[in-house]
Amino acid sequence: MKNEFQPSPCRIIQVKHESEAEWTYRVESSAKPGHGQFMQLSIPRVGEAPISVSARGDGWLEFTIRSVGKVTDDIFRKKSGDVLFLRGPYGHGWPVDRFQGKHVVVITGGTGLAPVRSMLNMFMDHSDFVKDVFLICGFKSESGIVFKQELAQWESRFHTIYALDTDHKDGFRTGLVTEFVKEIPWKSFGDDYAVVVVGPPPMMKFTGLELLKNGAAEDHIWMSFERKMSCAIGKCGHCRIDETYVCLDGPVFSYTTAKDLVD
Amino acid sequence: MTSLSHSTFSVKKRGGFTVMSCRLNMEQADSVLTELRKAYRVYAPTLFPKQGRYSDTDIVRYAEIEHVNEIEFERKSDFPAKEVLSPIQRTTFYFTEEEYHENLHEQLPVLVFGRACDISAQKIQARIYDGNGDFTDPYYKAIHDKAKFVLMECDGGWDSCFCVSMNTNKTDDYVMAVRKDGDTLSVQIKDEAFAPYFNEAEPCDYKPSFVEKNELTVQVPVIPDKQVLTKLKNHPMWREFDKRCISCGSCTVACSTCTCFTTRDVVYTENENAGERRRVADSCQIAGFDQMAGQREIRSRAGDRMRYKVLHKFHDYDARFHEGSMCVGCGRCIDRCPEFISIAATLEKMNKALEEIQSSQETEAAK
Repeated sequence: MKNEFQPSPCRIIQVKHESEAEWTYRVESSAKPGHGQFMQLSIPRVGEAPISVSARGDGWLEFTIRSVGKVTDDIFRKKSGDVLFLRGPYGHGWPVDRFQGKHVVVITGGTGLAPVRSMLNMFMDHSDFVKDVFLICGFKSESGIVFKQELAQWESRFHTIYALDTDHKDGFRTGLVTEFVKEIPWKSFGDDYAVVVVGPPPMMKFTGLELLKNGAAEDHIWMSFERKMSCAIGKCGHCRIDETYVCLDGPVFSYTTAKDLVD
Repeated sequence: MTSLSHSTFSVKKRGGFTVMSCRLNMEQADSVLTELRKAYRVYAPTLFPKQGRYSDTDIVRYAEIEHVNEIEFERKSDFPAKEVLSPIQRTTFYFTEEEYHENLHEQLPVLVFGRACDISAQKIQARIYDGNGDFTDPYYKAIHDKAKFVLMECDGGWDSCFCVSMNTNKTDDYVMAVRKDGDTLSVQIKDEAFAPYFNEAEPCDYKPSFVEKNELTVQVPVIPDKQVLTKLKNHPMWREFDKRCISCGSCTVACSTCTCFTTRDVVYTENENAGERRRVADSCQIAGFDQMAGQREIRSRAGDRMRYKVLHKFHDYDARFHEGSMCVGCGRCIDRCPEFISIAATLEKMNKALEEIQSSQETEAAK
């Protein structure tokens, strides 16, 4: 029987500093995660943490990691050539088939951009996959801006609004992402749209309410949740909300489910 | 007693083995146990005198036994049978900088003594470890798939028990049933594989009886829909526990069915690059259970954690698996709570809160 808890060693190929606290690690891996799925990252001596896959390529995966915990702090000491341990992929990612041919609205807060990054790049590579993309990315402050190079590329192809919560910066608006939801041309979409939301819990909650206020239908909205996990396979109990296990049933949920997920 | 040829008094009937019973004195019982221990690791509730949590108190917990007189028949064990099947701590991997080696090797199967509630709890444990999502937990499965249970007949004489209310007072998932009267052990053998062990014992007509009535009864709350559930979550009844519950997690350690765990890596002092990964029981009652790195705790009050646990046992589990409650009514959480919080009293409060919620909804609707 396969031991699902068995982590496999993967060599780090590249470390890229997105910001002071957020680094992207490219590691050798033959895993084929779907957009929005996550993997369990292990470091011997330290433990395990669920991290979403922020990009994937031929024989490699990228993880964008914020240095905030025991596992992630230790990962920040690793450099190219060192080993990380992985298992996965896990969970249900974005239902991209249901986005095909539609107007896609993507709203992110901070590093919430990581779990949608690979999907956005797929939309770039296959420009006829969706009708068009409306991207709203909010960051707390200038030091929290991630994927700068890609933000510039996306700007050329998508309808973008980049914003900082309170600071001012060229090319960025000032304000919370919720303030820009009304600028999306909802009326022109008809029924032909899908909305993707990822960010910290309060950001997702208020963005959800703002979307409904703007007439978006609950079953057209998708959100990705982040919860504490130890096993990622429905055993350890940490990520459970009512009868839902975020690791098994999520992390991506339709808003029809997400709105009732009260911890 | 040591001969393992087929018993002379097990009557073969068409279609299989007929249940048989016999009587043993302690000496005979010990020789059966000696034989059984060649094929099984035998675990039973055992008394540890003066090892309780307060001075001069005893504790009854599961341990591997060598002699029948080590089995504690009189008292309810303080900890449940999950001590054997999903131990509070176990090593899952040995690691170096370069690899993780799984710690899973063939061991003798376990034979576990337990009461009907303890045995009923295994179905729930198995549901989580081996029937939630597409993944199986190999560590649990390695023990559980080969585990066999010996039913300890139970008089149900404890005031915190409510197995009858939870329908866990009866079970047929056992290979043998036992009852001890003084120095005599009555045994019913339900699984043919165990018959040969009792070749020389005196046949009798022992049949285990089950608890039919507890002093304590509970009514499992019915939560009809999400709207009522949300209102119940926000009901002021939970605030009482902010003050009473000290979030120690004793209830979940004592719980027959709680399965939550966390992962902990431990390094050896001689070589800091080598060590082991352990699975350690965790508790939703302890602060930090839901806390992610760099973020605030989600359920930060004791009452929120209590609500999370109680709703899991009496609503969420059934909502996911449609197999009834996640509580077997063993009452150990009541016995172990240092603050004397009773799950039965909590259910009563929940029922009252639900009545309140539903009658105010009806009033709303009538307006």
